Amino acid sequence: MPLPAEFASLEPFTDWVLATERERYAKRLASSMAQMQAFYDAALPLLSRASAYLDQFPLGALPEPERDLLLLMMSLVTVSFPVEVWKQARVPDSGAAYLDLVAEPRV
Amino acid sequence: MPHFAKPAEGSWTEHYPELGTGPVDYTDSVDPAYYEAERAAIFRHTWLNIGRVEQVPKTGSYFTKELAVAGTSLVVVHGKDGAIRAFHNMCRHRGNKLVWNDYPGAEVKGTCRQFTCKYHAWRYSLEGELTFVQQEEEFFGIDKGAYGLKAVRCEVWEGFIFVNLDPAALPLADYLGEMAKGLSGYPFGEMTEVFTYKAEVGSNWKLFIDAFTEFYHAPVLHQKQAVKDEADKLFRVGFEALHYELHSPHAMISSWGGMAPPKDVNMVKPIERVLRSGLFGPWDRPSIEGLDPLPAALNPARHRSWGTDSFHFFPNFMLLVWAPGWYLTYHYWPTAVDRHLFEANLYFVPARTARERLAHELAAVTFKEYALQDANTLEATQTMLKSRAVSEFPLCDQEILLRHLHKVTAGYVADYVKEHRDAAAR
Repeated sequence: MPLPAEFASLEPFTDWVLATERERYAKRLASSMAQMQAFYDAALPLLSRASAYLDQFPLGALPEPERDLLLLMMSLVTVSFPVEVWKQARVPDSGAAYLDLVAEPRV
Repeated sequence: MPHFAKPAEGSWTEHYPELGTGPVDYTDSVDPAYYEAERAAIFRHTWLNIGRVEQVPKTGSYFTKELAVAGTSLVVVHGKDGAIRAFHNMCRHRGNKLVWNDYPGAEVKGTCRQFTCKYHAWRYSLEGELTFVQQEEEFFGIDKGAYGLKAVRCEVWEGFIFVNLDPAALPLADYLGEMAKGLSGYPFGEMTEVFTYKAEVGSNWKLFIDAFTEFYHAPVLHQKQAVKDEADKLFRVGFEALHYELHSPHAMISSWGGMAPPKDVNMVKPIERVLRSGLFGPWDRPSIEGLDPLPAALNPARHRSWGTDSFHFFPNFMLLVWAPGWYLTYHYWPTAVDRHLFEANLYFVPARTARERLAHELAAVTFKEYALQDANTLEATQTMLKSRAVSEFPLCDQEILLRHLHKVTAGYVADYVKEHRDAAAR
């Protein structure tokens, strides 16, 4: 299912449409900085417009293209720290520490 | 020169003279015998928070809680009469664990009309009564009334479910005391959108409480999380809390921060500017009742820069209330002297729009970035403490809650040891 037409420029990044934080975080750890930077550069300028667009729909009943867009933007949030702060996928000095999100509000 | 007023004694620590100002001995975090004493003295006698009423919303809703530190497993259930009860998760026939799926050690939740033991089909009502014995005629006049599930003290404060394994313990409200009274009325029940994080951490349980009851570390350990100019300023200035308060065995720290919205948007990261959210949560307060005015215990210094209050309810429960109108909890469940299970729950008023949901997501993601740095540092601390090359450490005034925690813990352990010695002598 394609993204809403207005956001067609994000189609190359639909592998970031992932339903859970666990999947999003795993993809972040498995991605290169170049991949995350490309996704970030394409998506961040559209984030504000996407929020305004999605707010026309009730959150609990998003049609599939709109739900995919929201999940894509949640992945943008996931990669924002590597791109804006760390310059690497992992949290620096986090070693073997982990923190699993075992329950989250699903969309 | 302090930026925020301190008590007349000159420091927060000296305001509570029983704490002293000398170095603190951290043998309490590496000694296996001390840990065993903590288990007996503290975790079998104090009120432990094991969840919220929203986890058992209707008749028959239940969840199990593994309490390795107290050597048991509990089942918590919403009865037909509306009461929430806790029982040892144990069949009265021959001691089989009553409620579990597939893996006996894994916590489960669900809804049922009664509990049926997997072993011989003994059945119990939601109120814990034994209602059915398979082939009852084979027993020797068994009195079903005498074989109900073994109950555990279970009481609720502001929607938080607590248990206590000591039948003689004071009521929960007395134990939680003044600090909890001051929080009454906060709209915890409206904040039902939950993010639950879990991790096993390679440190003594008290070390993680230490990390989360002082922010002296924040401008240093988390330096790289802020935009550079802001980080440099924070490092230079250091950290001072707005206020501390001890209500032994509990305590709280009140902190400034949050910048919601920031004075200068260049102080925050690009995504925070778009989503109007960050570590301190969404910048825009949810439109619910109960946030203005706030209960008396919040922002005790009545400071306009107030950002968050952290309440530590002894032994292992922390409650953080954030200025923008959400809260989070921490639980530290010891599994060994140098290990514990860490659980964090973030609670928001449910998002109505995608924009609100994204703001929550950014707060949750940011929380994880910080907590990962904190958790890993603890393992580094634990391994060096274990060397016992040095055992005593100087704590500063901004670490008053740590000094208090270790002192309170020592008090419980000493009382317990003394009681046992006296009992043995009798």
